[in-house]
Amino acid sequence: MSSHYEAPIREPLVLGEKSYHDITMDIVKPIEGKANKNWYIAFTIALIAFLWGVGCILYTIGTGIGVWGLNKNIGWAWDITNFVWWVGIGHAGTLISAVLLLFRQKWRMAINRSAEAMTIFAVFQAGLFPLIHMGRPWNGYWVLPIPNQFGSLWVNFNSPLLWDVFAISTYLSVSLVFWWTGLLPDFAMIRDRAVKPFQKKIYALLSFGWSGRAKDWQRFEEVSLVLAGLATPLVLSVHTIVSMDFATSINPGWHSTIFPPYFVAGAIFSGFAMVQTLLGIMRKVSNLESYITRLHVEYMNIVIMVTGGIVAVAYASEFFIAWYTGSPYENYTYMSIGAATGPYGWAFWSLILFNIAIPQFLWIEKVRRSFIWSFIISIAINIGMWFERFDIIAIVLSKGHLPSTWTRFEPTFVDVGVFVGTIGFFFVLFLLYARTFPVIAQAEVKTIMKSSGQHYKQLRDGKNEH
Amino acid sequence: MSTNKVIHALYNDDDVLMDAVKTVKEANHHIEEVFTPFPVHGLDKLLGLPHTRLAICAFIYGLLGLSFAIWMTNYMMIENWPQDIGGKPSFSWIVNMPAFVPIMFELTVFFAAHLMVITFYMRSRLWPFKEAENPDPRTTDDIFLMEIPVHNNEEELTALLNTTNAVEIKVIEKH
Repeated sequence: MSSHYEAPIREPLVLGEKSYHDITMDIVKPIEGKANKNWYIAFTIALIAFLWGVGCILYTIGTGIGVWGLNKNIGWAWDITNFVWWVGIGHAGTLISAVLLLFRQKWRMAINRSAEAMTIFAVFQAGLFPLIHMGRPWNGYWVLPIPNQFGSLWVNFNSPLLWDVFAISTYLSVSLVFWWTGLLPDFAMIRDRAVKPFQKKIYALLSFGWSGRAKDWQRFEEVSLVLAGLATPLVLSVHTIVSMDFATSINPGWHSTIFPPYFVAGAIFSGFAMVQTLLGIMRKVSNLESYITRLHVEYMNIVIMVTGGIVAVAYASEFFIAWYTGSPYENYTYMSIGAATGPYGWAFWSLILFNIAIPQFLWIEKVRRSFIWSFIISIAINIGMWFERFDIIAIVLSKGHLPSTWTRFEPTFVDVGVFVGTIGFFFVLFLLYARTFPVIAQAEVKTIMKSSGQHYKQLRDGKNEH
Repeated sequence: MSTNKVIHALYNDDDVLMDAVKTVKEANHHIEEVFTPFPVHGLDKLLGLPHTRLAICAFIYGLLGLSFAIWMTNYMMIENWPQDIGGKPSFSWIVNMPAFVPIMFELTVFFAAHLMVITFYMRSRLWPFKEAENPDPRTTDDIFLMEIPVHNNEEELTALLNTTNAVEIKVIEKH
């Protein structure tokens, strides 16, 4: 039908001769089948890392924040670095599902489900850090504006830290319902196929009784569109507010108006890198080669190049402005000659290497369309973006206004352990997700089969030639 | 006498379904329901379904969230317990307002998104432990099902549906 027309010059998004039923079969295969050995090995490693992290968290809470490598001048370092890193990773999911939906980018459909799962799991990890850093996490509810017995002492709405509470909890909960609403038809598909009674019960519960009436679909599409419209500014606001944790302070190196757009670009940069890392593994493990194609990888790499470029320009302008002020203090902020040659030079150069130098290889089409190179570069960006936050925080704080306060931050095993633990927790959740959830929005992919499926495109092109 | 008899016509392609809906509509039969595994574009218009008003709801919910944020910041920061925090004005909401913009924005989104989704779930009757109502389990996989009520015209309808390339036509008693 003409309504399914798509320019022949566009590469197909779904490879192979797939019928609607074939898509169903491909998506339910990892759920209905048994996990292989590699899955169990990966899960065990992740679980051990997670348990190690739990141990370190309990040790921190039992003994106090003093077990971290913090000191008088560096009051937060690894924890806030990890917090910002995880929130940043949590950015790609909603960007893919919301912004790309508004722009009608069909390629999002193969990756949005997993990217949103990644978002939610990453924000879980991010949320842990402020909670642990409170020292008394059982008092965590004090951040909420609820009536209390302290003479009605309210939370401070002037503080960016409280804005963070609102931004991140809104982001997490809205991402969660966005994700879940999209999951309903796919859970329903698994429910209607399930033969084991227990599995059927679980998926019936998860699918909320989705039946797929014409009216349901009409509302479903409207809700998706409006949620995308709401989530788009929300995504931008979250990292804007995270950057305000620094930008509204009066610390040189942090007190910078460039921070909000620069942090948002960095978040998308690192988020897409993490999607690239996860899907690089997933397409192999879950046999999704027909859905996550070279074209998807290339498109994600283009987003990485654009946002990485913005980040690089931000670094350059930070560096230039710090030098241009002529202030000797600015020569010790994270983007300065003092930082490049000082005791944290290794961290400075790691940032430049991983975040600016290595991603430039993506200009080469062969690299950008290669699964293995994209995977390697995505890991480099993940590391680079961690160093960006570490540099901003630790380098700036290590040089106080008085040379007598100059100090260094040395992480203890607890700092490292908590971070490793969150990585373990993240992968525990993601591996469980990969075995129990429909990892591709199959209902949505079915809608683009006739326009963007390889088989249908070939049929149409063949017809045009005769 | 009205019975609860309905005809289920099953299709295995969205374009065939669309043509069938057109045919049935042109023959002036009422289509009770269509179950599809994925959103078929233009189906709602063809069926004559009114446009959904969920977006309008979301707008109203957003206004509610914004008003709540204004009320909350004013009550807590200005009226109930004014404090001098970093020299920011605590005597007038409008002067202190710039610091509240993030909160106002977040609560607008929070209210609009969640209340809209709750409205959607209530209107489409979706919640945990709700029984699914699709008559054939294949309609969430690759089968499109059209349900037409029968009013002593079973044969006429079957004959009509036979011309629409249905893969299966069933007459069933609905309870």
